[in-house]
Amino acid sequence: MTPARPRLNAGWLLVLPLLALVVALFLGPIVNILWLSVTDPEPGLGNYAALFTSDSLGKILWTTLRICVICTVISVILGYSIAYAMVHAAESDRKRMLSLLLVSFWISVLVRTFSWLMLLGRNGLVNNGLEAIGVISQPIAFMRNELGVLIGMVHYMVPYAVLPILASMQAMDGRVVSASRSLGATGAQTFWRVYLPLTRPGVVAAALLVFIINLGFYVVPAVLGGGKVLMVAEYISVQVLITLRWGTAAMLAALLLFGVLALLFLMSRFMKLSTVFGGART
Amino acid sequence: MKPSTTARLNTTLAWVLLVFLVAPALVAIPVSLTSKTFLSFPTDELSLQHYRKLFGSAEWMSSFWQSTVIAVASTLLATATGTLCAIGLWRVSSKAGEVMRAVLLLPLVIPPIIAAMAFYRLFVPLGLIDSYPGLILAHTVLAAPLVLITVSASLAGFDVRLEQASRGLGASGWTTMRRVILPGIKPGVMAGAVFAFISSWDEIVVTLFLSKFSVYTLPRRMWNGIRENTDPTVAAAAVVLMVVTLVAFLIWALAARARAKGLKHG
Repeated sequence: MTPARPRLNAGWLLVLPLLALVVALFLGPIVNILWLSVTDPEPGLGNYAALFTSDSLGKILWTTLRICVICTVISVILGYSIAYAMVHAAESDRKRMLSLLLVSFWISVLVRTFSWLMLLGRNGLVNNGLEAIGVISQPIAFMRNELGVLIGMVHYMVPYAVLPILASMQAMDGRVVSASRSLGATGAQTFWRVYLPLTRPGVVAAALLVFIINLGFYVVPAVLGGGKVLMVAEYISVQVLITLRWGTAAMLAALLLFGVLALLFLMSRFMKLSTVFGGART
Repeated sequence: MKPSTTARLNTTLAWVLLVFLVAPALVAIPVSLTSKTFLSFPTDELSLQHYRKLFGSAEWMSSFWQSTVIAVASTLLATATGTLCAIGLWRVSSKAGEVMRAVLLLPLVIPPIIAAMAFYRLFVPLGLIDSYPGLILAHTVLAAPLVLITVSASLAGFDVRLEQASRGLGASGWTTMRRVILPGIKPGVMAGAVFAFISSWDEIVVTLFLSKFSVYTLPRRMWNGIRENTDPTVAAAAVVLMVVTLVAFLIWALAARARAKGLKHG
Protein backbone atom coordinates (compact mmCIF):
# COMPACT_ATOMS: atom_id res chain seq x y z
CA MET A 1 0.00 0.00 0.00
CA THR A 2 1.18 3.48 -0.74
CA PRO A 3 1.27 5.72 2.31
CA ALA A 4 -1.89 7.79 2.68
CA ARG A 5 -0.38 11.24 2.70
CA PRO A 6 0.95 11.71 -0.87
CA ARG A 7 -2.25 10.21 -2.34
CA LEU A 8 -4.31 12.66 -0.35
CA ASN A 9 -2.34 15.61 -1.63
CA ALA A 10 -2.52 14.47 -5.24
CA GLY A 11 -6.29 14.16 -4.94
CA TRP A 12 -6.76 17.69 -3.63
CA LEU A 13 -4.54 19.00 -6.42
CA LEU A 14 -7.03 17.70 -8.98
CA VAL A 15 -9.90 19.42 -7.19
CA LEU A 16 -8.10 22.74 -7.29
CA PRO A 17 -8.90 24.03 -10.84
CA LEU A 18 -12.66 23.69 -10.45
CA LEU A 19 -12.55 24.97 -6.88
CA ALA A 20 -10.65 28.05 -8.03
CA LEU A 21 -13.22 28.71 -10.78
CA VAL A 22 -16.21 28.27 -8.49
CA VAL A 23 -14.77 30.38 -5.67
CA ALA A 24 -13.49 33.21 -7.86
CA LEU A 25 -16.42 33.46 -10.27
CA PHE A 26 -19.35 32.26 -8.23
CA LEU A 27 -19.06 32.04 -4.46
CA GLY A 28 -16.95 35.19 -4.10
CA PRO A 29 -19.38 37.42 -6.01
CA ILE A 30 -22.32 35.88 -4.12
CA VAL A 31 -20.72 36.85 -0.82
CA ASN A 32 -20.29 40.31 -2.33
CA ILE A 33 -24.03 40.41 -3.07
CA LEU A 34 -24.87 39.38 0.50
CA TRP A 35 -22.65 42.21 1.65
CA LEU A 36 -24.41 44.65 -0.70
CA SER A 37 -27.76 43.77 0.85
CA VAL A 38 -26.64 45.40 4.12
CA THR A 39 -24.52 48.23 2.67
CA ASP A 40 -26.31 49.58 -0.40
CA PRO A 41 -27.54 52.32 -0.58
CA GLU A 42 -26.45 52.85 3.06
CA PRO A 43 -25.11 50.52 5.77
CA GLY A 44 -27.78 48.91 7.90
CA LEU A 45 -30.79 46.69 7.64
CA GLY A 46 -32.86 49.22 5.67
CA ASN A 47 -33.32 46.88 2.72
CA TYR A 48 -34.70 44.16 4.96
CA ALA A 49 -36.91 46.59 6.87
CA ALA A 50 -38.53 47.50 3.54
CA LEU A 51 -40.01 44.00 3.51
CA PHE A 52 -42.36 45.05 6.27
CA THR A 53 -43.12 48.53 5.01
CA SER A 54 -43.30 48.16 1.24
CA ASP A 55 -46.59 46.87 -0.17
CA SER A 56 -45.10 45.89 -3.51
CA LEU A 57 -42.38 43.73 -1.93
CA GLY A 58 -44.90 41.99 0.30
CA LYS A 59 -47.16 41.37 -2.67
CA ILE A 60 -44.34 39.88 -4.73
CA LEU A 61 -43.25 37.54 -1.96
CA TRP A 62 -46.83 36.46 -1.35
CA THR A 63 -47.42 35.81 -5.07
CA THR A 64 -44.19 33.81 -5.29
CA LEU A 65 -44.98 31.67 -2.25
CA ARG A 66 -48.57 31.07 -3.27
CA ILE A 67 -47.70 30.01 -6.81
CA CYS A 68 -44.81 27.84 -5.59
CA VAL A 69 -47.00 26.00 -3.09
CA ILE A 70 -49.83 25.35 -5.55
CA CYS A 71 -47.41 24.27 -8.27
CA THR A 72 -45.56 21.96 -5.86
CA VAL A 73 -48.73 20.24 -4.67
CA ILE A 74 -50.01 19.62 -8.21
CA SER A 75 -46.60 18.51 -9.54
CA VAL A 76 -46.04 16.05 -6.70
CA ILE A 77 -49.50 14.48 -7.09
CA LEU A 78 -49.05 14.07 -10.85
CA GLY A 79 -45.47 12.90 -10.32
CA TYR A 80 -46.63 10.29 -7.82
CA SER A 81 -49.13 8.93 -10.30
CA ILE A 82 -46.48 8.63 -13.02
CA ALA A 83 -43.90 7.08 -10.69
CA TYR A 84 -46.45 4.55 -9.40
CA ALA A 85 -47.39 3.53 -12.93
CA MET A 86 -43.72 3.23 -13.88
CA VAL A 87 -42.84 0.99 -10.95
CA HIS A 88 -45.78 -1.29 -11.69
CA ALA A 89 -45.33 -1.39 -15.47
CA ALA A 90 -43.64 -4.14 -17.44
CA GLU A 91 -39.95 -3.61 -18.19
CA SER A 92 -40.49 -2.50 -21.83
CA ASP A 93 -43.29 -0.09 -20.90
CA ARG A 94 -41.20 1.33 -18.10
CA LYS A 95 -38.38 2.08 -20.53
CA ARG A 96 -40.76 3.86 -22.90
CA MET A 97 -42.20 5.89 -20.01
CA LEU A 98 -38.72 6.85 -18.84
CA SER A 99 -37.79 7.97 -22.35
CA LEU A 100 -40.83 10.25 -22.58
CA LEU A 101 -40.00 11.65 -19.16
CA LEU A 102 -36.37 12.31 -20.05
CA VAL A 103 -37.17 13.83 -23.45
CA SER A 104 -39.49 16.33 -21.79
CA PHE A 105 -36.78 16.93 -19.20
CA TRP A 106 -34.30 17.76 -21.93
CA ILE A 107 -36.32 20.09 -24.16
CA SER A 108 -35.30 23.68 -23.53
CA VAL A 109 -37.52 25.64 -21.18
CA LEU A 110 -37.55 28.41 -23.76
CA VAL A 111 -38.97 26.15 -26.47
CA ARG A 112 -41.60 24.82 -24.08
CA THR A 113 -42.61 28.27 -22.93
CA PHE A 114 -42.86 29.44 -26.54
CA SER A 115 -45.12 26.48 -27.31
CA TRP A 116 -47.40 27.34 -24.41
CA LEU A 117 -47.64 30.84 -25.78
CA MET A 118 -48.93 29.38 -29.06
CA LEU A 119 -51.33 27.03 -27.29
CA LEU A 120 -52.79 29.30 -24.64
CA GLY A 121 -53.12 32.66 -26.37
CA ARG A 122 -56.46 34.29 -27.24
CA ASN A 123 -56.16 32.78 -30.71
CA GLY A 124 -54.18 29.79 -29.48
CA LEU A 125 -54.91 26.20 -30.31
CA VAL A 126 -56.71 25.51 -27.04
CA ASN A 127 -59.11 28.45 -27.26
CA ASN A 128 -59.79 27.92 -30.96
CA GLY A 129 -60.34 24.23 -30.40
CA LEU A 130 -62.76 24.77 -27.53
CA GLU A 131 -64.64 27.39 -29.55
CA ALA A 132 -64.82 25.13 -32.59
CA ILE A 133 -66.46 22.33 -30.65
CA GLY A 134 -68.75 24.85 -28.96
CA VAL A 135 -67.60 24.43 -25.35
CA ILE A 136 -66.96 28.15 -24.94
CA SER A 137 -68.13 31.26 -26.77
CA GLN A 138 -65.49 33.66 -25.45
CA PRO A 139 -61.77 32.83 -25.36
CA ILE A 140 -60.57 31.90 -21.87
CA ALA A 141 -57.75 34.05 -20.53
CA PHE A 142 -55.01 31.46 -20.02
CA MET A 143 -52.15 33.89 -20.19
CA ARG A 144 -50.95 37.02 -18.43
CA ASN A 145 -52.40 35.55 -15.27
CA GLU A 146 -51.54 33.01 -12.59
CA LEU A 147 -53.33 30.22 -14.42
CA GLY A 148 -50.93 30.44 -17.36
CA VAL A 149 -47.89 30.64 -15.09
CA LEU A 150 -49.11 27.58 -13.17
CA ILE A 151 -49.73 25.55 -16.32
CA GLY A 152 -46.24 26.31 -17.62
CA MET A 153 -44.53 25.70 -14.27
CA VAL A 154 -46.31 22.43 -13.46
CA HIS A 155 -45.50 21.18 -16.94
CA TYR A 156 -41.83 21.94 -16.35
CA MET A 157 -41.71 20.54 -12.81
CA VAL A 158 -43.43 17.15 -13.14
CA PRO A 159 -40.27 15.26 -14.26
CA TYR A 160 -38.38 16.70 -11.29
CA ALA A 161 -41.14 15.43 -9.00
CA VAL A 162 -41.17 11.94 -10.54
CA LEU A 163 -37.48 11.10 -10.07
CA PRO A 164 -37.14 11.21 -6.25
CA ILE A 165 -40.52 9.48 -5.81
CA LEU A 166 -39.49 6.80 -8.30
CA ALA A 167 -36.24 6.26 -6.41
CA SER A 168 -38.05 5.75 -3.10
CA MET A 169 -40.61 3.39 -4.69
CA GLN A 170 -37.88 1.30 -6.28
CA ALA A 171 -35.99 1.11 -2.99
CA MET A 172 -39.06 -0.23 -1.20
CA ASP A 173 -39.37 -3.92 -0.39
CA GLY A 174 -42.31 -5.07 -2.52
CA ARG A 175 -43.07 -7.92 -0.13
CA VAL A 176 -44.66 -5.57 2.43
CA VAL A 177 -47.53 -4.98 -0.01
CA SER A 178 -48.08 -8.73 -0.42
CA ALA A 179 -47.88 -9.15 3.34
CA SER A 180 -50.49 -6.45 3.88
CA ARG A 181 -52.82 -8.01 1.29
CA SER A 182 -52.41 -11.53 2.65
CA LEU A 183 -53.22 -10.26 6.14
CA GLY A 184 -56.59 -9.18 4.76
CA ALA A 185 -56.18 -5.49 3.96
CA THR A 186 -57.95 -4.20 0.85
CA GLY A 187 -56.00 -2.62 -2.01
CA ALA A 188 -57.00 0.86 -0.89
CA GLN A 189 -56.09 0.17 2.74
CA THR A 190 -52.74 -1.22 1.67
CA PHE A 191 -52.03 1.87 -0.40
CA TRP A 192 -53.00 4.46 2.21
CA ARG A 193 -51.70 2.66 5.30
CA VAL A 194 -48.60 0.89 3.96
CA TYR A 195 -47.46 2.03 0.53
CA LEU A 196 -47.89 5.79 0.84
CA PRO A 197 -46.24 6.08 4.29
CA LEU A 198 -43.28 4.03 3.08
CA THR A 199 -42.74 6.33 0.09
CA ARG A 200 -43.08 9.48 2.18
CA PRO A 201 -39.34 10.34 2.12
CA GLY A 202 -39.47 10.40 -1.67
CA VAL A 203 -42.59 12.56 -1.64
CA VAL A 204 -41.05 15.04 0.79
CA ALA A 205 -37.81 15.18 -1.19
CA ALA A 206 -39.74 15.69 -4.43
CA ALA A 207 -41.85 18.46 -2.89
CA LEU A 208 -38.79 20.25 -1.55
CA LEU A 209 -36.90 19.90 -4.84
CA VAL A 210 -39.82 21.24 -6.87
CA PHE A 211 -40.40 24.06 -4.40
CA ILE A 212 -36.73 25.07 -4.48
CA ILE A 213 -36.61 25.24 -8.28
CA ASN A 214 -39.92 27.10 -8.37
CA LEU A 215 -38.77 29.78 -5.92
CA GLY A 216 -36.16 31.12 -8.32
CA PHE A 217 -38.01 30.36 -11.57
CA TYR A 218 -37.58 33.15 -14.09
CA VAL A 219 -38.48 32.19 -17.65
CA VAL A 220 -42.01 30.82 -17.32
CA PRO A 221 -43.42 33.52 -14.99
CA ALA A 222 -41.79 36.26 -17.07
CA VAL A 223 -43.22 35.03 -20.38
CA LEU A 224 -46.56 33.48 -19.45
CA GLY A 225 -47.20 35.99 -16.67
CA GLY A 226 -46.74 38.75 -19.23
CA GLY A 227 -45.79 41.34 -16.61
CA LYS A 228 -49.03 40.74 -14.70
CA VAL A 229 -47.66 38.01 -12.40
CA LEU A 230 -44.48 39.32 -10.83
CA MET A 231 -42.40 36.73 -8.97
CA VAL A 232 -39.14 37.24 -7.07
CA ALA A 233 -36.71 36.28 -9.86
CA GLU A 234 -38.24 38.63 -12.40
CA TYR A 235 -38.42 41.43 -9.85
CA ILE A 236 -34.70 40.98 -9.07
CA SER A 237 -33.81 41.24 -12.75
CA VAL A 238 -35.82 44.46 -13.07
CA GLN A 239 -34.04 45.93 -10.02
CA VAL A 240 -30.61 45.04 -11.38
CA LEU A 241 -31.02 45.82 -15.08
CA ILE A 242 -33.57 48.63 -15.18
CA THR A 243 -34.05 50.54 -11.95
CA LEU A 244 -30.48 49.79 -10.75
CA ARG A 245 -31.53 49.33 -7.14
CA TRP A 246 -28.85 46.84 -6.16
CA GLY A 247 -29.66 46.99 -2.45
CA THR A 248 -33.23 45.72 -2.89
CA ALA A 249 -32.16 43.13 -5.45
CA ALA A 250 -29.37 41.91 -3.17
CA MET A 251 -31.75 41.67 -0.21
CA LEU A 252 -34.20 39.55 -2.23
CA ALA A 253 -31.34 37.41 -3.54
CA ALA A 254 -30.16 36.87 0.05
CA LEU A 255 -33.67 35.79 1.11
CA LEU A 256 -33.90 33.45 -1.86
CA LEU A 257 -30.43 32.04 -1.19
CA PHE A 258 -31.00 31.33 2.48
CA GLY A 259 -34.44 29.95 1.74
CA VAL A 260 -33.03 27.53 -0.81
CA LEU A 261 -30.11 26.47 1.40
CA ALA A 262 -32.42 25.88 4.38
CA LEU A 263 -34.74 23.75 2.23
CA LEU A 264 -31.78 21.80 0.84
CA PHE A 265 -30.63 21.09 4.36
CA LEU A 266 -34.13 19.91 5.22
CA MET A 267 -34.17 17.78 2.09
CA SER A 268 -30.86 16.13 3.00
CA ARG A 269 -32.58 14.85 6.14
CA PHE A 270 -35.11 12.94 4.05
CA MET A 271 -33.02 11.68 1.18
CA LYS A 272 -29.41 11.44 0.21
CA LEU A 273 -29.00 14.47 -2.02
CA SER A 274 -26.85 12.50 -4.42
CA THR A 275 -29.84 10.23 -5.15
CA VAL A 276 -31.80 13.28 -6.23
CA PHE A 277 -29.14 15.14 -8.16
CA GLY A 278 -27.37 12.05 -9.40
CA GLY A 279 -30.69 10.49 -10.34
CA ALA A 280 -32.05 13.61 -11.90
CA ARG A 281 -30.16 13.11 -15.12
CA THR A 282 -29.63 9.39 -15.36
CA MET B 1 -51.26 -10.27 -8.19
CA LYS B 2 -53.73 -8.91 -10.75
CA PRO B 3 -53.61 -5.11 -10.96
CA SER B 4 -56.74 -3.47 -9.57
CA THR B 5 -59.02 -1.21 -11.60
CA THR B 6 -57.58 1.83 -9.82
CA ALA B 7 -54.04 0.78 -10.70
CA ARG B 8 -54.99 0.28 -14.36
CA LEU B 9 -56.77 3.63 -14.38
CA ASN B 10 -53.66 5.21 -12.90
CA THR B 11 -51.46 3.64 -15.58
CA THR B 12 -53.69 5.12 -18.28
CA LEU B 13 -53.56 8.50 -16.57
CA ALA B 14 -49.76 8.28 -16.35
CA TRP B 15 -49.47 7.62 -20.08
CA VAL B 16 -51.72 10.59 -20.83
CA LEU B 17 -49.61 12.76 -18.53
CA LEU B 18 -46.35 11.61 -20.10
CA VAL B 19 -47.60 12.32 -23.62
CA PHE B 20 -48.84 15.67 -22.34
CA LEU B 21 -45.31 16.39 -21.04
CA VAL B 22 -43.77 16.04 -24.49
CA ALA B 23 -46.55 16.98 -26.93
CA PRO B 24 -46.89 20.74 -26.27
CA ALA B 25 -43.28 21.37 -27.27
CA LEU B 26 -44.03 19.85 -30.67
CA VAL B 27 -46.45 22.71 -31.38
CA ALA B 28 -43.46 24.77 -32.55
CA ILE B 29 -43.21 22.47 -35.60
CA PRO B 30 -46.56 23.34 -37.27
CA VAL B 31 -46.18 27.01 -36.32
CA SER B 32 -42.77 27.10 -38.02
CA LEU B 33 -44.38 25.77 -41.23
CA THR B 34 -47.09 28.41 -41.48
CA SER B 35 -47.38 30.24 -44.79
CA LYS B 36 -48.44 33.45 -43.06
CA THR B 37 -46.07 36.17 -41.96
CA PHE B 38 -47.30 36.33 -38.38
CA LEU B 39 -47.20 33.70 -35.64
CA SER B 40 -50.05 31.32 -36.39
CA PHE B 41 -50.96 27.74 -37.16
CA PRO B 42 -50.92 26.84 -40.85
CA THR B 43 -54.46 26.68 -42.21
CA ASP B 44 -54.28 25.76 -45.87
CA GLU B 45 -50.73 25.32 -47.07
CA LEU B 46 -47.33 24.63 -45.55
CA SER B 47 -44.28 26.70 -46.30
CA LEU B 48 -40.59 26.54 -45.55
CA GLN B 49 -40.18 30.30 -45.92
CA HIS B 50 -39.43 30.82 -42.22
CA TYR B 51 -36.61 28.29 -42.33
CA ARG B 52 -35.24 30.05 -45.42
CA LYS B 53 -35.44 33.32 -43.51
CA LEU B 54 -33.77 31.78 -40.46
CA PHE B 55 -30.86 30.30 -42.41
CA GLY B 56 -30.60 33.36 -44.67
CA SER B 57 -30.48 35.85 -41.81
CA ALA B 58 -27.02 37.12 -40.91
CA GLU B 59 -28.23 37.83 -37.36
CA TRP B 60 -29.66 34.38 -36.67
CA MET B 61 -26.64 32.71 -38.26
CA SER B 62 -24.23 34.71 -36.13
CA SER B 63 -26.23 33.67 -33.06
CA PHE B 64 -25.94 30.02 -34.09
CA TRP B 65 -22.22 30.40 -34.49
CA GLN B 66 -21.81 32.23 -31.19
CA SER B 67 -23.93 29.72 -29.28
CA THR B 68 -21.86 26.90 -30.77
CA VAL B 69 -18.53 28.51 -29.92
CA ILE B 70 -19.62 29.26 -26.35
CA ALA B 71 -21.15 25.81 -25.82
CA VAL B 72 -18.11 23.97 -27.21
CA ALA B 73 -15.59 26.05 -25.26
CA SER B 74 -17.46 25.82 -21.97
CA THR B 75 -18.04 22.08 -22.52
CA LEU B 76 -14.29 21.53 -22.92
CA LEU B 77 -13.46 23.59 -19.83
CA ALA B 78 -16.24 22.11 -17.71
CA THR B 79 -15.43 18.53 -18.75
CA ALA B 80 -11.73 18.95 -18.01
CA THR B 81 -12.12 20.62 -14.62
CA GLY B 82 -15.15 18.53 -13.63
CA THR B 83 -13.48 15.24 -14.50
CA LEU B 84 -10.24 16.10 -12.71
CA CYS B 85 -12.22 17.19 -9.68
CA ALA B 86 -14.30 14.00 -9.64
CA ILE B 87 -11.15 11.88 -9.78
CA GLY B 88 -9.57 14.01 -7.07
CA LEU B 89 -12.54 13.66 -4.74
CA TRP B 90 -12.71 9.94 -5.46
CA ARG B 91 -9.09 9.57 -4.43
CA VAL B 92 -9.49 11.74 -1.35
CA SER B 93 -12.71 9.96 -0.31
CA SER B 94 -13.00 11.51 3.11
CA LYS B 95 -15.51 13.53 5.07
CA ALA B 96 -13.78 16.73 3.97
CA GLY B 97 -14.04 15.54 0.38
CA GLU B 98 -17.80 15.12 0.68
CA VAL B 99 -18.16 18.63 2.11
CA MET B 100 -16.08 19.90 -0.81
CA ARG B 101 -18.33 18.02 -3.24
CA ALA B 102 -21.41 19.69 -1.74
CA VAL B 103 -19.76 23.11 -2.09
CA LEU B 104 -18.85 22.46 -5.72
CA LEU B 105 -22.41 21.39 -6.52
CA LEU B 106 -23.76 24.75 -5.32
CA PRO B 107 -23.87 26.29 -8.83
CA LEU B 108 -26.40 23.61 -9.69
CA VAL B 109 -28.76 24.31 -6.80
CA ILE B 110 -28.51 28.05 -6.31
CA PRO B 111 -31.20 29.73 -8.46
CA PRO B 112 -29.82 30.93 -11.83
CA ILE B 113 -31.06 34.44 -11.15
CA ILE B 114 -28.61 34.72 -8.23
CA ALA B 115 -25.82 33.31 -10.41
CA ALA B 116 -26.73 35.91 -13.04
CA MET B 117 -26.44 38.73 -10.49
CA ALA B 118 -23.11 37.40 -9.23
CA PHE B 119 -21.55 37.11 -12.68
CA TYR B 120 -22.92 40.49 -13.71
CA ARG B 121 -21.57 42.19 -10.60
CA LEU B 122 -18.14 40.62 -11.13
CA PHE B 123 -17.90 41.08 -14.89
CA VAL B 124 -18.90 44.74 -15.22
CA PRO B 125 -15.68 46.13 -13.66
CA LEU B 126 -13.60 43.48 -15.46
CA GLY B 127 -15.04 44.45 -18.84
CA LEU B 128 -16.23 40.89 -19.45
CA ILE B 129 -19.88 41.78 -20.09
CA ASP B 130 -20.96 41.07 -23.66
CA SER B 131 -17.79 39.11 -24.39
CA TYR B 132 -16.97 35.51 -25.27
CA PRO B 133 -14.71 34.93 -22.23
CA GLY B 134 -17.42 36.19 -19.87
CA LEU B 135 -20.13 33.88 -21.20
CA ILE B 136 -17.77 30.92 -21.55
CA LEU B 137 -16.54 31.24 -17.96
CA ALA B 138 -20.07 31.66 -16.60
CA HIS B 139 -21.39 28.66 -18.53
CA THR B 140 -18.37 26.62 -17.43
CA VAL B 141 -19.13 27.23 -13.75
CA LEU B 142 -22.79 26.28 -14.27
CA ALA B 143 -21.97 23.16 -16.32
CA ALA B 144 -19.03 21.69 -14.36
CA PRO B 145 -21.20 20.30 -11.51
CA LEU B 146 -23.10 18.21 -14.08
CA VAL B 147 -19.80 16.67 -15.20
CA LEU B 148 -18.77 16.17 -11.58
CA ILE B 149 -21.98 14.21 -10.92
CA THR B 150 -21.83 11.92 -13.95
CA VAL B 151 -18.11 11.20 -13.65
CA SER B 152 -18.46 10.53 -9.91
CA ALA B 153 -21.24 8.04 -10.71
CA SER B 154 -18.90 6.32 -13.17
CA LEU B 155 -16.08 6.24 -10.63
CA ALA B 156 -18.36 4.66 -8.04
CA GLY B 157 -18.50 1.62 -10.32
CA PHE B 158 -14.77 1.66 -11.07
CA ASP B 159 -12.72 -1.02 -9.35
CA VAL B 160 -10.19 0.76 -7.16
CA ARG B 161 -7.91 -2.33 -7.34
CA LEU B 162 -7.22 -1.57 -11.01
CA GLU B 163 -5.59 1.66 -9.95
CA GLN B 164 -3.68 -0.05 -7.17
CA ALA B 165 -2.50 -2.75 -9.59
CA SER B 166 -1.29 -0.14 -12.05
CA ARG B 167 0.58 1.76 -9.34
CA GLY B 168 1.91 -1.51 -7.92
CA LEU B 169 3.28 -2.48 -11.34
CA GLY B 170 5.28 0.75 -11.32
CA ALA B 171 3.15 3.13 -13.44
CA SER B 172 3.32 6.78 -12.41
CA GLY B 173 0.23 8.65 -11.17
CA TRP B 174 -0.11 10.41 -14.49
CA THR B 175 0.23 7.22 -16.55
CA THR B 176 -2.29 5.47 -14.31
CA MET B 177 -4.73 8.33 -14.81
CA ARG B 178 -4.30 8.39 -18.60
CA ARG B 179 -4.08 4.65 -19.30
CA VAL B 180 -6.23 3.11 -16.55
CA ILE B 181 -8.67 5.52 -14.91
CA LEU B 182 -9.74 7.66 -17.87
CA PRO B 183 -10.51 4.73 -20.21
CA GLY B 184 -12.51 3.12 -17.40
CA ILE B 185 -14.76 6.13 -16.87
CA LYS B 186 -14.99 7.27 -20.50
CA PRO B 187 -18.78 6.81 -20.83
CA GLY B 188 -19.32 8.95 -17.72
CA VAL B 189 -17.05 11.68 -19.07
CA MET B 190 -18.88 11.60 -22.42
CA ALA B 191 -22.27 11.84 -20.73
CA GLY B 192 -21.02 14.72 -18.59
CA ALA B 193 -19.77 16.52 -21.68
CA VAL B 194 -23.17 16.15 -23.36
CA PHE B 195 -24.91 17.58 -20.27
CA ALA B 196 -22.46 20.46 -20.20
CA PHE B 197 -23.06 21.19 -23.88
CA ILE B 198 -26.84 21.21 -23.50
CA SER B 199 -26.75 23.31 -20.36
CA SER B 200 -24.76 25.99 -22.17
CA TRP B 201 -26.66 25.65 -25.46
CA ASP B 202 -30.03 26.20 -23.73
CA GLU B 203 -28.90 28.65 -21.05
CA ILE B 204 -30.96 31.84 -20.94
CA VAL B 205 -31.18 33.48 -17.49
CA VAL B 206 -27.47 34.20 -16.97
CA THR B 207 -27.12 35.01 -20.66
CA LEU B 208 -29.85 37.67 -20.38
CA PHE B 209 -27.60 39.51 -17.94
CA LEU B 210 -24.29 38.97 -19.70
CA SER B 211 -25.10 39.40 -23.38
CA LYS B 212 -25.91 42.81 -24.83
CA PHE B 213 -25.05 43.47 -28.49
CA SER B 214 -21.90 41.87 -29.78
CA VAL B 215 -22.38 38.43 -28.24
CA TYR B 216 -25.95 37.33 -28.76
CA THR B 217 -26.63 33.62 -28.33
CA LEU B 218 -29.47 31.68 -29.91
CA PRO B 219 -31.62 31.52 -26.75
CA ARG B 220 -30.97 35.25 -26.27
CA ARG B 221 -32.30 36.06 -29.76
CA MET B 222 -35.21 33.67 -29.26
CA TRP B 223 -36.07 35.41 -26.02
CA ASN B 224 -36.46 38.70 -27.90
CA GLY B 225 -38.55 37.00 -30.56
CA ILE B 226 -40.79 35.46 -27.91
CA ARG B 227 -41.21 38.82 -26.18
CA GLU B 228 -42.17 40.50 -29.48
CA ASN B 229 -44.39 37.54 -30.30
CA THR B 230 -44.89 38.30 -34.00
CA ASP B 231 -42.24 36.80 -36.28
CA PRO B 232 -42.62 33.07 -37.09
CA THR B 233 -38.86 32.79 -37.59
CA VAL B 234 -38.75 32.21 -33.82
CA ALA B 235 -40.75 29.02 -34.30
CA ALA B 236 -38.21 27.76 -36.84
CA ALA B 237 -35.39 28.63 -34.43
CA ALA B 238 -37.22 26.78 -31.64
CA VAL B 239 -37.44 23.68 -33.83
CA VAL B 240 -33.71 23.85 -34.60
CA LEU B 241 -32.87 24.35 -30.91
CA MET B 242 -35.03 21.34 -30.05
CA VAL B 243 -33.47 19.15 -32.76
CA VAL B 244 -29.95 19.90 -31.48
CA THR B 245 -31.08 19.06 -27.93
CA LEU B 246 -32.65 15.78 -29.05
CA VAL B 247 -29.56 14.75 -31.00
CA ALA B 248 -27.52 15.35 -27.84
CA PHE B 249 -30.11 13.31 -25.92
CA LEU B 250 -29.60 10.40 -28.32
CA ILE B 251 -25.83 10.60 -27.89
CA TRP B 252 -26.32 10.57 -24.14
CA ALA B 253 -28.71 7.61 -24.31
CA LEU B 254 -26.19 5.63 -26.37
CA ALA B 255 -23.41 6.52 -23.95
CA ALA B 256 -25.61 5.43 -21.05
CA ARG B 257 -26.25 2.10 -22.78
CA ALA B 258 -22.51 1.64 -23.34
CA ARG B 259 -21.93 2.45 -19.69
CA ALA B 260 -24.52 -0.10 -18.55
CA LYS B 261 -22.87 -2.74 -20.76
CA GLY B 262 -19.45 -1.80 -19.42
CA LEU B 263 -20.67 -2.28 -15.86
CA LYS B 264 -22.17 -5.66 -16.71
CA HIS B 265 -18.98 -6.94 -18.29
CA GLY B 266 -16.55 -5.14 -16.03
